[in-house]
Amino acid sequence: MLNIRDLVVAYGGIEALKGISVDVPDGQIVTLIGANGAGKSTLLRTIMGLEKPKSGSMEYNGEKLNGFNSQHIVSRGITLVPEGRRVFPNLTVLENLRIGAYMRSDEDGIQADIRKIYDIFPRLEERNWQMAGTLSGGEQQMLALGRALMCRPKLIMMDEPSLGLAPLVIKEIFNIIRSINETGTTVLLVEQNANMALKVAHHAYVLETGRIKMEGSGKELLENEEIKEAYLGKKKK
Amino acid sequence: MELFQAIANMTGAGLAQHLVNGISLGSLYALIAIGYTMVYGILLMINFAHGDIVMMACYFAFFGITAFHIPWYLTFIGTIAVTALLGVVIERTAYRPLRDAPKNSVLISAIGASFLLENLANYIFSGRPMHFPDIPFLSSMISVGGVQIQAICLFIPVVTVICLFGLLHIVNHTKTGMAMRAVSKDYEIARVMGVNIDNIISITFAIGSALAAIGAIMWGIRYPGITPYLGVMPGLKCFIAAVIGGIGNIKGAVIGGFILGLGEILIVAFFPQFSGYRDAFAFIMLILILFYKPTGLLGEKTTEKV
Repeated sequence: MLNIRDLVVAYGGIEALKGISVDVPDGQIVTLIGANGAGKSTLLRTIMGLEKPKSGSMEYNGEKLNGFNSQHIVSRGITLVPEGRRVFPNLTVLENLRIGAYMRSDEDGIQADIRKIYDIFPRLEERNWQMAGTLSGGEQQMLALGRALMCRPKLIMMDEPSLGLAPLVIKEIFNIIRSINETGTTVLLVEQNANMALKVAHHAYVLETGRIKMEGSGKELLENEEIKEAYLGKKKK
Repeated sequence: MELFQAIANMTGAGLAQHLVNGISLGSLYALIAIGYTMVYGILLMINFAHGDIVMMACYFAFFGITAFHIPWYLTFIGTIAVTALLGVVIERTAYRPLRDAPKNSVLISAIGASFLLENLANYIFSGRPMHFPDIPFLSSMISVGGVQIQAICLFIPVVTVICLFGLLHIVNHTKTGMAMRAVSKDYEIARVMGVNIDNIISITFAIGSALAAIGAIMWGIRYPGITPYLGVMPGLKCFIAAVIGGIGNIKGAVIGGFILGLGEILIVAFFPQFSGYRDAFAFIMLILILFYKPTGLLGEKTTEKV
């Protein structure tokens, strides 16, 4: 579905991504794990059209993505749940969902989708008219997820959805990620919480300072000794 | 004590007269201040050319009626449209190329746009003050309960309130308004939602400039002497009004406008000996508000939740 080849992205003179290749097959959950500054967010931002690649190619179902703005990329069915949630604090919960559907004009479909999202996240419906800025961190993450779903994405990219959340809430979020995937949406997940991410992922990449260091199925990497030591906090025996 | 003495000395009719003057001046300030606050809300920049947009609108209306002999009501509609376009053109040429530049560069560009408009007007229209044409009925004096007032003074607050409610409806209850609010908080994520930032910014400038044009037309009828620099002082005061109300907040800008307009007139009314300091009132208010409530009366606290 999404094929990235030899992508280089630089901020000023510093290369954040030094030529990486990533494939996201249709219908899967693919995860990228890695430490701070590995370039995970940069990759998602570049796919979304927020950063310009220096070289390399990005193809989505055979169609080039390089050089297009975010608007075009959303219209192709790709969306981003940004790092730190970034819901619009001055918009109500309902408006945040509605702005997720900004490019759609099928009012009936939008209404139906809002209904669906409220069924997944009943807490959001209770807070329908509240400003998003007054929600708790977990609720904001749910809203950010719901907002992204409102554009009926084929590929949903998530940047650190577990960041700063309580363990129970993290579990809930990952359950929802799995169920979003089960309804046919492809997921590209960036996480520092390697343990959770590898458990849900079909395929995983390990990113280290701008390069892919390792890849494999989620299960393989969970059992890999090096990964265990570096990312899962378990000592080699 | 002096104040009470002054009020006691004033007849009811005199007080009513000053109140009418203050409210109409405050309304004009409010209309112009909205433009500052809307642009700041979205671009986080002070559009220093805004006062000069007011001036240009006065001239558009002046020439429409006097040189092209277009009926005044059509001229007014045309003036609003052309001024809205002028605002959009200024944004595209002076601000948009600097979208990713440091804030200071945009600020300097705004000052440049302001000087350009003033000098262009001086060159094309000459610096000689011109008399804004008298408009049937609106320019005439009428007597209401023994108070002599210009008819326009009754219309100014009404038009302002209608504009304010219209604007609040657009901002709070339309898809475009929702996008404007979203862009003002996080334009990158608004873009990710598929919002066309450039369009939203253009619409913001068009609305702000159209309101400035409405203010300018009424300003011209009320204070008919028009010069290329007529926008400078109102521009500064309306910017202060926006700051007093809490820059970025539309209702705040209106409240700030009324405080300045009423304050300015009433101070002169009660303390005629200070009438020379009339223009200083706004600046004193600015210093006080920056000292005691820097975010303005309705300004938001900028706390961020992580």
